[in-house]
Amino acid sequence: MAKPRLPVVEGLFREESDGSARLLGGRCPVCGASFFPKQYSFCRNPRCGGTALDDVELSTRGALWSFTDNRYAPPPPYPARDPFEPYGVAAVELVDEQMIVLGQLARGTDVGSLSAGAEMTLVVEPLYETVDEVRTVWKWRPA
Amino acid sequence: MSERSDQVVVLGVGMHPWGKWGKPFAEYGAFAGRAALADAGVEWTDVDYLAAGNTMRNGYPGYVAGSTLAQALGWSGIPVSSSYAACASGVVAIEAARARIQSGRAEVALAIGADTAPKGFFGPLPGERPEDPDWLRFHVLGATNPTYFALYARRRMELYGATEKDFAAVKVKNSRHGLSNENARYRKQFTADEIAESPIVADPLRLVDICATSDGAAAVVLASADYAASRGTKDAVRIAGISTVTPAYPNTALDLPDIATDSAVGAPPTERSFRDSIAHAAYEEAGVGPGDLSCAEVYDLSTALELDWYENIGLCAPGEAEALLHSGATTLGGRVPVNPSGGLACFGEAIPAQAIAQVCELTWQLRGQAGERQVEGANVGLSINQGLFGHGSCVIATR
Repeated sequence: MAKPRLPVVEGLFREESDGSARLLGGRCPVCGASFFPKQYSFCRNPRCGGTALDDVELSTRGALWSFTDNRYAPPPPYPARDPFEPYGVAAVELVDEQMIVLGQLARGTDVGSLSAGAEMTLVVEPLYETVDEVRTVWKWRPA
Repeated sequence: MSERSDQVVVLGVGMHPWGKWGKPFAEYGAFAGRAALADAGVEWTDVDYLAAGNTMRNGYPGYVAGSTLAQALGWSGIPVSSSYAACASGVVAIEAARARIQSGRAEVALAIGADTAPKGFFGPLPGERPEDPDWLRFHVLGATNPTYFALYARRRMELYGATEKDFAAVKVKNSRHGLSNENARYRKQFTADEIAESPIVADPLRLVDICATSDGAAAVVLASADYAASRGTKDAVRIAGISTVTPAYPNTALDLPDIATDSAVGAPPTERSFRDSIAHAAYEEAGVGPGDLSCAEVYDLSTALELDWYENIGLCAPGEAEALLHSGATTLGGRVPVNPSGGLACFGEAIPAQAIAQVCELTWQLRGQAGERQVEGANVGLSINQGLFGHGSCVIATR
């Protein structure tokens, strides 16, 4: 039997049946600003004063702002695989929300082939596995 | 550069050399404090106030650095403060000391930052804390500090056509500047060929593009202009402006340690970016502009970041930093040398000490005591840095 797939941290994203990701954020019904993670129960726009945030799913596509890769294992609490496997990181600007959201690059993405402005989309991939379960995370891949 | 009744001057500066020995941070801090006091000709027991920058990786004594250092120097009964603002901690301590003097509740104050750094990448504090953005970026994304530096560097390449060779030229310059600095940890002239052979840590940044983490300590003795005059001190270096600003909403620039920026929806854009606003506030207070600078100490956490700072402090327009670098303007002997000390490239970062070390360098430059790295005729200097979680710091010193 396949191991259950669980998000690496609860409440940040959910996985669609087609393997795509939905980022779970907050949106102020007064000024329209989005927040990711939602983090607080209220709006942080100092000129708004909104006292509650709606639970929303953020845009699944955006424009690549910048990108890199990590070739050395980060310290804990990063659950590095052994042997360490380098990974890419992308900063993507969501068009509707007008905000940049980080994510690892999907496995197999060639960093050398990327350029700023490229359209990116969200997928879910395993981050690490335990004996009992697969822990997943959202990642960006070229659309 | 006006004379004001609330003018605060630098009476003394001192440092413990940067390195990696693993001694208690207060050992380094007391050394730097005593050096600054000796430079000022002030007894520790005559100091009215001690302001310290905290360190997060040395247990409880690091969270109460003010009292830890006061005990190390010998209890004298004075009030202390302990500030944490990540990389900006040192200037937040200097600002606390200055405010105390300006309010008339101290004549002479000591500000110290000291650190003992662990090896390798900085990680978050221990424990499982999904609500802590610093924990989250490490656990969920593996986004280290160099990851962010690399994202900024790649952005320069994408936006302005910067190249790895441009970044290497920053390292070549700073490694030359720091050669004669006895407080620097790395005193080796790097060549472009050597840099090109350095392993890539986070594309496009190589190991030698990224600053190391160091042990070290720096201290300044600040005093009221009246106190300085009463001791017969003439022509002391003046603190003309200090900025310890935070971002304005919406902060749409990617900042450590966040995994997302503010949304630009629902609020007008800010007048200037956060990094631009850091220097702007100090220029406003000092009544000087970028054209007045003799030299600058900027926070080169990476080589590429030094180029960003040229634009943030107004030395050139966005996209022109590479040309300014290659013109030689920011090299010793040029129009406005940047990082004459050698910068973080030669020091490695000692978090709460680094911003104070920058002010020590400005003081030596403005006094004409910088030896082989002296900027000729220096009379206005600027130091700038940014600490994670939204801390900016900038000091403008004049003479």
